[in-house]
Amino acid sequence: MSKNIKFLGLLLTLIIIFIILLKGLNVSKDYSNEKLKSKIDFSLNAKKLFSDEIINISDLFDKNSPSVVNIWASWCAPCREEHQFLMKLKDMNINIIGINYKDSPKNAKNFLSSLGNPYSEVIIDNDGTKSIEFGAIGVPETFIISGKTNEIIKKYIGPLTSENLIEIKNLFEKNA
Amino acid sequence: MSNYLGNYSLYIALIASVYLIFKSYLDANSENKYLDKNFILITSIQTIMITVSFFSLVAAFVISDFSNETVFNNSHTLKPLFYKVSGTWGNHEGSLLLWLLVLSIFLFIFLLNSRSQDTKYKLLTILFQQIIISGFLVFILLTSNPFKMLYPIPSEGLGLNPILQDPALAIHPPILYLGYVGTSIIFSASLASMISGNIGDKWARHIKKWVLVSWVFLTIGILLGSIWAYYELGWGGFWFWDPVENVSLMPWFCLTALLHTVIVLQKRNSFKEWTIILSITTFSLSMSGTFLVRSGILNSIHTFANDPSRGLYILSFLFILILMSILIFFFNQNKISNTAKENFILSKETAILVNNWFMMFFLSVVLVGTIYPIFLEVLNGSKISVGPPFYHNLLIPFLIPFLIFMSFGPSLKWIKDKLKKFNYNILIIFLVSLLISYVILTKTENSFLLSIPLIVLSIYLLLVTIKDFFVSKSSISQKISHFGFSLLITSILLNGLFSNEFNSNMKVGDERIFNDKVVKLKEVNVKDVDNYKSLKASFEVTNKNSSFALYPEVRIYQQPLTITSEADIKTTLFSDNFLVFNILKDDGYYNVRYQYKPLMIWIWISTIFIGFGGLLSVFRKNEQKY
Repeated sequence: MSKNIKFLGLLLTLIIIFIILLKGLNVSKDYSNEKLKSKIDFSLNAKKLFSDEIINISDLFDKNSPSVVNIWASWCAPCREEHQFLMKLKDMNINIIGINYKDSPKNAKNFLSSLGNPYSEVIIDNDGTKSIEFGAIGVPETFIISGKTNEIIKKYIGPLTSENLIEIKNLFEKNA
Repeated sequence: MSNYLGNYSLYIALIASVYLIFKSYLDANSENKYLDKNFILITSIQTIMITVSFFSLVAAFVISDFSNETVFNNSHTLKPLFYKVSGTWGNHEGSLLLWLLVLSIFLFIFLLNSRSQDTKYKLLTILFQQIIISGFLVFILLTSNPFKMLYPIPSEGLGLNPILQDPALAIHPPILYLGYVGTSIIFSASLASMISGNIGDKWARHIKKWVLVSWVFLTIGILLGSIWAYYELGWGGFWFWDPVENVSLMPWFCLTALLHTVIVLQKRNSFKEWTIILSITTFSLSMSGTFLVRSGILNSIHTFANDPSRGLYILSFLFILILMSILIFFFNQNKISNTAKENFILSKETAILVNNWFMMFFLSVVLVGTIYPIFLEVLNGSKISVGPPFYHNLLIPFLIPFLIFMSFGPSLKWIKDKLKKFNYNILIIFLVSLLISYVILTKTENSFLLSIPLIVLSIYLLLVTIKDFFVSKSSISQKISHFGFSLLITSILLNGLFSNEFNSNMKVGDERIFNDKVVKLKEVNVKDVDNYKSLKASFEVTNKNSSFALYPEVRIYQQPLTITSEADIKTTLFSDNFLVFNILKDDGYYNVRYQYKPLMIWIWISTIFIGFGGLLSVFRKNEQKY
């Protein structure tokens, strides 16, 4: 008798795990690269890298023009590669918001002091959850977000290239 | 051409698989005394077909045949030959084909190596192994065919990612797979032995080789992955607790427990249920690893979103296998003759049982940290990400009792040991390790209360395992592996305690004092090389009585404009010195990061010791009695 109970218990546990993982498969599709999460939740709060003050992320966006959101980390090698392109975007007076992904603030600050800071503001995402809210799956990732409608206009997974740079430039000229 | 060859040989292998499943099922129910000759023949045909298929993919990579979609996505004509070949398994489709190849080769070797075993047992092992093989074949053919054709044929491939071009990373997947897939034989064999009722010391001796082989490959596979992370990512860490890394660590814990349990089965003919359950769990964890990595369900930097139908397929397949093994376990449980003799508290059996429970604890911590975020997200939509602090807080305190146990457990006798008269050797060793730890700990300020017992105990264990080389009667392979493990723990602890770094902006001629060293930037040479401009810096690091030079480099590629930094690492027996620099704006200053990592090389060496002990045991013909 107790053997049957053990067996049924184990079976039930397995079925529950199966269902949860099955659901998990569908959940994770929401932040895959094919399907854009169309709107950003602007009620999110986050801590700034340089001042430790907590702000609402809607304050970072320019209401009248699009902004670039870049997810990066000091330990991520491709982020170093794309950094030069972000600096160029900054030179074009484009508002870039940085999300520092699972990083130590010390390393992050060193990274920016050594390579230059292209961001108008950097917010800390030490557990990776803010990036997930944006629908990101890793670092680096870059989003272009409309200030008016909170919608994601464009998303780049992986380091930016010189072709992307031209594309972003055109996009901003069109929207300006 | 190679596309067709590869594709159709997979279909032939599938037909062979279906035939073998039916044939072995029918024969297992009859009372045949001998294994039909056809089994060896069909299995060799299948192995050859899968080998042909694998090598036609390798060939497509080598000749850069971009009519093949997999090659197009993952290769490039400019890649060096070595990385073209390793590119074969550096992607989803190719890596599954490699899984399959190893699966079938292992079954073939198993058949050749188990002549003396019972026929029914062999037939059932073939049956279960062929179920796994056919599952993978169908998976490959339906969702991840590596031989999809492209038309029109592109002139150049997409894959030229320099980060992935690393020798350690090139051989890391195949070695790891050998470990993973080895567990499939253990799985099939233990289910078969459960049904045919031949679990016992004879079977243990036969399956132990497979446990050892898988364990050695898994150990070395994990080591290679770690080496890659250290040298290529260049952030001074060797283990990041990334889900993809955890997935290889979990079967390792389980397999380590199994390795010890099988020895009890062999020597004492007990722990039968432990052996079966651990065999099933180990393989399920290896398969889950494949599921978690390949389905894109994890939020890891290693994974990119995949086709969800793949995840669904692996998940279903995995659960069918687990369900099948649970059914077999419960309905054949009464066949396990419980010959377990009385166990005394103070005996080797108990020590191994304790070791098993520790392994299960470590396993559950890593398992929870890896899959709990998925569960939580499904259940209430909250997203959490588990980082190193979770693992450190839960694992490190439990190392203390574990180290204590490991210092005396292996030297206990089977059945029953007596509390000996107080052993002065042990006291002396303990006092010596206290002394050494005291000297070590006075040299650092970042020690915590927890690190004192850890350091003392790890050094104590290290000394005990060294002592065992001279006095203990246990096998040499066990001595080497246990010594390797204590060395690993000691190196990791000291490395964590004494690592430090500085980060500073310097110009040519500047000096920075760091601990007891002076780091001087002597000069920066600018040179034009092929397609990039090279800035090679020359640093001099001066100690009290010695000095050495480091030459990190910055490369500026023009088209497209890319700047890469090449770190220089100076490795000595005592420490690694890591230096990397970057260009700031054009004001003559460079950003310099210098890291001091003590005993780094010992982390690699000790892991090699651990694996070497296992390897030695594989090749030992005659088991000595101890």
